[in-house]
Amino acid sequence: MIRYTEKIRERARELLGQGKVDVFIGYKKGTVPLMNQPVMIKRAEDVDQLLWDSNCCLNLANYLTKRTEKIGIVANGCNSRNIVIHILENQIKRDQLYILGIPCEGTIDHRAVLRAADNQELLGYSEDGKEFTIRGAGFEKTLKKEEFLRTNCKTCQHRNPVIYDELLGDPVPENTEVDPFSDVKGLETQPPEKKWSFFQNLISKCIRCYACRNACPLCYCPTCFVDESKPQWVGKSIDPIDTMTFHILRAYHCAGRCTDCGACERVCPVAIPMRQFTKKLNKDAKELFDWEAGLTLETRPLFDFYKTSDYNEFIY
Amino acid sequence: MGTSKVLKKDEWLKVIEDLRKGYKVFVPTKEGDFHFFREYKDGIRPDLNFSNTRLSPKGLIYPQSERMFECPLSKDQEGAFILKESPKDFGPQLVVGIRPCDAYGFLIVKRNFDNPQYRDPWWVRRYESTTFVGLGCNEPCPTCFCNAAAGGPFGEEGLDLLMWDLGDEYLIKPITEKGSNLLAKVEGKEAQDGEIKEAESLKKESQKKMDFSFDITPLKNKAQLELFNEPYWEDVAFSCINCGTCTYLCPTCWCFDIQDEVYKNHCDRIRNWDSCMFPLFTLHGSGHNPREKKFQRVRQRFMHKLKYYVDKYGNGIQCSGCGRCVRYCPVNIDIRNVIGLMCG
Amino acid sequence: MKNPYLPYPVKIDDIVVETEDKNLKTFKFVFLNPEDEANFKYMPGQFAELSVPGKGEIPIGIASSPTEKGYLTFTVNKVGVVTTFLHNMKVGDIMGIRGPLGNWYPWEEMEGKNVVIIGGGFAFTTLRSSVVYMLHPQNRPKFGKITVVYGARNPGLLLYKQELMEWEKRDDIEMHITVDAADDPNWKYNVGFVPAITEQKVKSSENAYAIVCGPPIMIKFTQPVLEKLGFPPERIILSLENRMKCAIGMCGRCNVGDQFVCKDGPVFSLAKLRTLPPEY
Repeated sequence: MIRYTEKIRERARELLGQGKVDVFIGYKKGTVPLMNQPVMIKRAEDVDQLLWDSNCCLNLANYLTKRTEKIGIVANGCNSRNIVIHILENQIKRDQLYILGIPCEGTIDHRAVLRAADNQELLGYSEDGKEFTIRGAGFEKTLKKEEFLRTNCKTCQHRNPVIYDELLGDPVPENTEVDPFSDVKGLETQPPEKKWSFFQNLISKCIRCYACRNACPLCYCPTCFVDESKPQWVGKSIDPIDTMTFHILRAYHCAGRCTDCGACERVCPVAIPMRQFTKKLNKDAKELFDWEAGLTLETRPLFDFYKTSDYNEFIY
Repeated sequence: MGTSKVLKKDEWLKVIEDLRKGYKVFVPTKEGDFHFFREYKDGIRPDLNFSNTRLSPKGLIYPQSERMFECPLSKDQEGAFILKESPKDFGPQLVVGIRPCDAYGFLIVKRNFDNPQYRDPWWVRRYESTTFVGLGCNEPCPTCFCNAAAGGPFGEEGLDLLMWDLGDEYLIKPITEKGSNLLAKVEGKEAQDGEIKEAESLKKESQKKMDFSFDITPLKNKAQLELFNEPYWEDVAFSCINCGTCTYLCPTCWCFDIQDEVYKNHCDRIRNWDSCMFPLFTLHGSGHNPREKKFQRVRQRFMHKLKYYVDKYGNGIQCSGCGRCVRYCPVNIDIRNVIGLMCG
Repeated sequence: MKNPYLPYPVKIDDIVVETEDKNLKTFKFVFLNPEDEANFKYMPGQFAELSVPGKGEIPIGIASSPTEKGYLTFTVNKVGVVTTFLHNMKVGDIMGIRGPLGNWYPWEEMEGKNVVIIGGGFAFTTLRSSVVYMLHPQNRPKFGKITVVYGARNPGLLLYKQELMEWEKRDDIEMHITVDAADDPNWKYNVGFVPAITEQKVKSSENAYAIVCGPPIMIKFTQPVLEKLGFPPERIILSLENRMKCAIGMCGRCNVGDQFVCKDGPVFSLAKLRTLPPEY
């Protein structure tokens, strides 16, 4: 996927140079291997910072909220779906954006890579097609990318961007063979107390840093419910009841909106598999309402409309 | 401070295990992919083969959530509405395997919690009742910069004892009287010249591996307003998502919130870690917020660590170079780059 | 070790509704333990945390003067969770007070000087404390001319009306009460904004200090007036507010540069503030 880098730079240079966009949002190489940094480029001469590789994991739709300039942006499948949601939810206007679409071959699970390096810190990273190489103090390893994909990338059904002004490569084949909900199905068969202890266990290490919420492009509320003081809905300590309230309410707030981009899971400093909170809701949206979030600008979001044929067994 | 001793690793671990009789002992232990400090109870396996714990050990002195006071809230109960201190355990604690950066971090924080005007009774008492047994770093992480920010990979400040990993053995050096008294009770052979030399060379080798350095002079000399008004802050902050990862993982971030919680007719006054990254941190009742924008909050964090602290205490920066924020910032905001900008 | 977070238990002894909109009430507190009262030694300009168990704490300037013995008063604006709850509390209710906190107006420096007090709206509380303090027979000789400019949006929003009228009658203090607008045809004081009235009435900055408390907009427009009158920034004294929790310089949120509003302030000279980031 490194092949996109040159094209991104070239087009960003032209777009900025011709004044078609005021700023360009993409990724640049981080100071720590596997950690690329979202960046906003303002001048054509700075475009060489831009980069695309398998560590471009933070969802860039996050950086669009309520911006007023004309913006160029790179978007793979999940970035583009969240851009759609941002447009539908009036956080940005379509005509403000110039989207460089990137058919995506998946991004890398940095935790799995570090595990393969015995959790030693890395000094270098490079990739070449289907393989990538990591280097640390006294070791170097070449690994197969497909074995280190992030779990959401492994089951991703929309690797090609759903909205763009230009596509920077040929579309990649979509992943139709895998079941994205196999883990949820396993959990669904458990008795309630097992489900509850599953979720209790998930949050046991949570430190309430809100990285999951803040990395989520859906979480743009000016004041989140956990920060409300009149009334105060949730306590602020690490009492498990408050922590659970935060996670479950947040997940429900994402119902019908989550694109499974995995930003929440990627950023968690204590590696909570955050997607487990949203996946069941995604499954319900798909099965009960035939709904996947952020696929088109033509339809209002799931909770904005109803059909008489909608699932309604919960109404008495 | 007495002489160093050398013990076989398993002998020393046995000593630690036995010390549970007199202390609440905390050790690093592996959970999932990372290490955490946990109380050494049955079922916990100490693991000193680690780079550093994911969370800093600050929570051992200063828990993330801590009950301060409590009182009943119904008029017919005795002491209603009169807050009383909640009972706490200030028994002796022993922290084994703390890295020198994190121990130094407590000294940085101490200037805040223990000053001539006010003493935070809980922080002070817990700190004073704790003995720190450090483990020097033979292999510093590429993201660490303790040699520039604090006392280096074998820094002794803030420790009572310092352990050197010599392979099959630990060399244990007493630093304070507290540490010396503890070590005196431990059976073990005195460190020989050869072992002391080996320890010295480990220290030198380790220091050589650390390549980040900076001169604090510009941070001292530039005026607060000059640094505050620098044009780079919006760019520094662009990728920030304003989460609390940097501040919560940091050994030297001490900010907190105080909250009253009510359950039935009982009030608890609780303090919780808080973060300058959160907008709520500075929000006035009127709705006005002096640090309303993201870049203002990011600027505050760095200005606090690298300028306000420097000015206030004249004792270095508010950072011990542990590297956690560099490693775990989800959007790769690297304090070393910010130091470079501010010193430039 | 003294616990700086532990409030003294107090009882509400009296509640006075100050303003027509009923958003401001003055609470009079008496200590439950006499030794706590003895420990609570304060100077005008300081504040305290009013502590309502179950709701939280709020930092409020002390409106009473240390020359008034046996009680403390605080004038509280109803804005948030704690103040709203406090407004519904009754005489006889028990709560807590933690303090005194922060620094105070530079009383030693101001000895032998003329003092101009400029206040707006409900920020007159520690200024009231200051006036009462200076007018006390023991203290009055220590100060030169005392001038007060105090304004509110309308007559119904002025605090401490009775006392203002009493001060009007005295000849050892020059009062300039003003309102932005008055419907009352019998209103016999000034009409106009505080900065304008200051410019008209305060004739000289010679040997004088100005203490200014009020809404940000008032402070913004009063500063140039004072400088025009010749007050150097070292003798323009302001009191800041920021969100606070611990109020003893530990919790980290109220800082303005390296200064904590709670501990190093709330009182700062304009000269000092000009060296600090404007984060308040």
